[in-house]
Amino acid sequence: MTTEAGSETEVKENAEEKSAARLDQSKKATEKTQEVVEEGEAEKEKEGKGITRYLPTWFKKQKSQSQTSPTKEDPPTEEPVSKVNQEEAHVPEVNGHAEEVEEKEQVKEKESESHSNASADTEPAGEEKVEESAQKSLESTEETQEVAEKEEDKKEVEKDRRQGQTSIFQSPLRLVRKNKMKLVVCHVTLLDGSDFTCEVEKRAKGLFLFFKVCEHLNLLEKDYFGLTYKDHHEQKCWLDPTKEIKRQIRSNNWQFAFNVKFYPPDPSLLSEDITRYLLCLQLREDVASGRLPCSFVTHALLGSYTLQAEIGDYEPDQPRPLDYINQLTFAPNQSKEMEEKILELHKSHKGMTPAQADCQFLENAKKLSMYGVDLHHAKDCEGVDIMLGVCANGLLVYKDRLRINRFAWPKILKISYKRNNFYIKIRPGETEQFESTVGFKLQNHRSAKRLWKVCVENHSFFRLNAPEQPPKARFLTLGSKFRYSGRTQNQTRMASTLIDRPAPAFERTSSKRISRSLDGAPMISITDTSREAENGHEPHLELHSDSKSPGRVRGDNIYVRHSKLMLEDHDKTQDEVLKHQASVSELKRSFMEASPPSPPQLNLWEKHLTSSPATATRVQQQTVTTEVEIEETVVVQEISKAAKPAEALQTWEGQVQGGAGLEKKRESISSESESDEEAEYHPNVSLSIRHAQIPEEKEEEEEEQERKELSASSSPVEFNQAAAAVEDEGKDCAEEEKKEVGAEEPMKTPDKAPNGMTPHEEVMCVTTEEEELPKVNGEDSVVEARSQVICCSEPPVVKTEMVTISDTFAAQKSEIATKEVPIVHTETKTITYEAAQLDGSGDGEPGVLMTAQTITSESLCTTTTTHITKTLKGGLSETRIEKRIVITGDCDIDHDQALAQAIKEAKEQHPDMSVTRVVVHKETELAEEDD
Amino acid sequence: MAAGLMAGFGHYTHAIVRGIPASLASEALRSIQAEVDVTKARREHDAYVHALRTTLGLQVVELPADETMPDCVFVEDAAVVCGDTALITRPGAESRRRETEAMKAALKELNLNVVEMTDESATLDGGDVLFTGREFFVGLSKRTNQRGAEILADAFKDYAVSTVPVMEGLHLKSFCSMGGPGLIIIGSSEPAQKALKIMQQMSDHRYDKLTVPDDLAANCIYMNLSNKGHVLLHCTPEEFPESAKMFEKLKDHMLIPLSNMEKVKVDGALTCCSVLLNKKADN
Repeated sequence: MTTEAGSETEVKENAEEKSAARLDQSKKATEKTQEVVEEGEAEKEKEGKGITRYLPTWFKKQKSQSQTSPTKEDPPTEEPVSKVNQEEAHVPEVNGHAEEVEEKEQVKEKESESHSNASADTEPAGEEKVEESAQKSLESTEETQEVAEKEEDKKEVEKDRRQGQTSIFQSPLRLVRKNKMKLVVCHVTLLDGSDFTCEVEKRAKGLFLFFKVCEHLNLLEKDYFGLTYKDHHEQKCWLDPTKEIKRQIRSNNWQFAFNVKFYPPDPSLLSEDITRYLLCLQLREDVASGRLPCSFVTHALLGSYTLQAEIGDYEPDQPRPLDYINQLTFAPNQSKEMEEKILELHKSHKGMTPAQADCQFLENAKKLSMYGVDLHHAKDCEGVDIMLGVCANGLLVYKDRLRINRFAWPKILKISYKRNNFYIKIRPGETEQFESTVGFKLQNHRSAKRLWKVCVENHSFFRLNAPEQPPKARFLTLGSKFRYSGRTQNQTRMASTLIDRPAPAFERTSSKRISRSLDGAPMISITDTSREAENGHEPHLELHSDSKSPGRVRGDNIYVRHSKLMLEDHDKTQDEVLKHQASVSELKRSFMEASPPSPPQLNLWEKHLTSSPATATRVQQQTVTTEVEIEETVVVQEISKAAKPAEALQTWEGQVQGGAGLEKKRESISSESESDEEAEYHPNVSLSIRHAQIPEEKEEEEEEQERKELSASSSPVEFNQAAAAVEDEGKDCAEEEKKEVGAEEPMKTPDKAPNGMTPHEEVMCVTTEEEELPKVNGEDSVVEARSQVICCSEPPVVKTEMVTISDTFAAQKSEIATKEVPIVHTETKTITYEAAQLDGSGDGEPGVLMTAQTITSESLCTTTTTHITKTLKGGLSETRIEKRIVITGDCDIDHDQALAQAIKEAKEQHPDMSVTRVVVHKETELAEEDD
Repeated sequence: MAAGLMAGFGHYTHAIVRGIPASLASEALRSIQAEVDVTKARREHDAYVHALRTTLGLQVVELPADETMPDCVFVEDAAVVCGDTALITRPGAESRRRETEAMKAALKELNLNVVEMTDESATLDGGDVLFTGREFFVGLSKRTNQRGAEILADAFKDYAVSTVPVMEGLHLKSFCSMGGPGLIIIGSSEPAQKALKIMQQMSDHRYDKLTVPDDLAANCIYMNLSNKGHVLLHCTPEEFPESAKMFEKLKDHMLIPLSNMEKVKVDGALTCCSVLLNKKADN
């Protein structure tokens, strides 16, 4: 409204032509253009996308504010109509909005603007739009309002536009905003192979479309299902319900498929036949396509139940011609023999109702070993092709058809991915002392992330009683934004028991789908991500997720970025162990919760460590649950060299025999390949926590040292550094935060809360899109990153990786304590191998230190891993991992071999990093000889 | 019972066994040098067959011994039968490859879907295959390799097939076997316990275990017969007094001790001497 007037078309054109300087206006304009109905939709979309995308969130906000503010000042609540009219009269642009309304109504005459306005007011559809617009305006306004927005969102989703009842006209803002909505047509392939077409607003979220589909299907037990779309690599992806559809799909292809997302382990527990029917349809497809492998006999058996369900009893009088049956696809390699077998078995099902046949079908299908297993191609650390299967029980590892490993959810402490690597941290077994981390290589970053997401969702759905609650303010930490949003299986079962409706009638179509499946039509594709994505592209996805964009707080908050996944710990047996094992980070978190990020932590921290009663209250979750931490890595792009696998420098310190203290040397920034500078952050660690860690570690080390009475020269230095870091925490971190990607900020800085951001909201922000590809330059990234814009204006964005400190500390301590008898005389030898360094290594710069440990349970070795993320001058950050490996043993150890092995392992664990420095510190015990 | 996937674990109607050639005494493969008394061995084997046929009422198909195949009595290694499908193996010991021929013929005779392992790089001994009713565990041993396990997985697609390294002993089933649905009988040696751990970790199902002091005693034959209920053929107290006692804990089982003193000298265990299958009348 503040912008210049003009005919709409003019505006459009203008918008397109406008320079970046006038982003505000242009953006607005573009949005309008988008709204100009379907003709040339694609084009428009492009435009719209093109420009709007590149707009930083805050730009948008500004814009919207500017838009809204004038209206606000107008006679407040009154009848919006009049306002609109007024505006129209004065400002031509307003018409654009009105027109939009029209569009919704399918009236497309530009001429009758005023008329359309009026109609818009009365139209329910219009109202809905209004709501939406309201939301947007809200978004743009203070973050505090975002909560409200959330609610609105929900309303929106649930009520759909057809409901006009809501108080649409609460605020004039809405009207204004509303106009931006444009409808698009979505095509959804249903499980029976038919297509469902519906219109949604262009900015509708995934959930909205999903609900529409479920409504169409008359499906109440929706939680097992989801919508998929194909990304531009032809990969099937799950549509995130919490995000705008258009931000997820590519190339304006509004094509979706309705699929089973979580295969209920026991379908007989489903409440309604219709749900089972849909599950059957999915499984028939899975079986026919070979995705769910089964034997000849099973194919025949399942096929016979399908026949019974679809065509009823076998009729002896008019035996089914085989040619009928062979039009149906029951198996990938369907033979005559199989068809005969199917018919034969079909005869035996006489009298079975379709629902019963479905039940039988499911009872058999569910026993198949690959039932509900979502397979992903990967390589193990040795580069061997394997498949990772995610299912209700955990993660399965296959080589060819053989299961070679399995990690049940309760065994998994942390799930993370970093670039194309996917890691799980495993709880130590009874006899093992240390956690171990298992890494897999995915084809590319996208696949790694997709796998990670699937894991997060499956774990949440099957293992949790309820999705994680949005973390409290202090819980907020850096970390992945993505969480499972829907109901868990438990919840959905509960909900199902409340279903109170007569069994809905539905028609069992004679497998359109089945016959279609041959052409590979709609099926959930097993991930066969074979394409290497361009480096320039994939990494960006993350940016979004991380970006903290207050303006984009999502309403339904389904995927809440949360500090961690909590595993319900049903296995009480391990309780003790678990408690102990609950990673230190959790302690830290609780610790943090208890106290603001300030110096005193040390003491508190110690208390926690000793698990004083005081702790108990704070560590609520810990007591009850085991956690799985989900860690997501973010890739930030920077100026860099060609896509090179290794980016972050890794400092490597191998210390042989009787290890000395950690040396923390800062090496220069690593070479960042263009898209890859990456940072990883740990969900659990929040700012204060981080600081807490330092003391902790230091302390630890000191203790160790004291015990050993080692004369490691390097250690003092280290400690100093650590101490320095601690001291600096306030300043440094604050600075760092700013530089860091937005997402982190909310979590780290409790102080921000005062600014009007409640933690909750922030959580949601995180949810934002990840789909878009930021370009290498600051500009582009702005688009996606929204709030990140800020970061981008300063050169690179810093991401940090934080890894949990786990009780391995304790374990290590004790181990050392027992093993290492104080030795008086030692001989110390230190060898340093250093890789060529880049300039500007910021040795002198105090980085913020984050520590973590991963300990392998090698008999001879103890490994301490320290992740250090530092912020350097340019706002660059680097993550370095320092490993300290203590190899203890008698003199017959082959040190070189041990070292080589250690280096090799380190490389394997962090294939993306390079070893830049190896310090060998050798201590030989002289005691015996001397004494 | 209605046709259903994975129903009827331990239901058997037929057993395939094979006679003991005289060459067993001197030529059969063995891991420890020992003198084998063929007569005694035959006596044991007769008791074994008698139990299957008479005591338990199975239809026993008896293949004639072949002097050129000293190990031929251990038919288990030649085929893995599950449901209607029989996988003819490719035994890890070169000298035993021809044992499969007679087995294949017998299984075809019984109208099973016979799948052959033709891959030259694959080896599999049936003694390395533990079928629990819900899944397979395949021991990777001196006799069985990954490729063999893969082919088995292909033959029995309904089931998960997990591999388990066999550190000691000849076969996976040299120290374990099923004692009932969801019950694994396991030896107490360290390798056995380790293998059990692996199996438990790899499985989506929970298994109870019955640990017996002697690894060899852990090799039993479980059946669930319509007129007998749970049946367990196990070692005699003479051989393994401590272990034999353990089986008395299985209150619901019909316990049939069978002596295996001679065959064990050539690494033969109870399961080795038969291939059990369930041939329903209607099929």
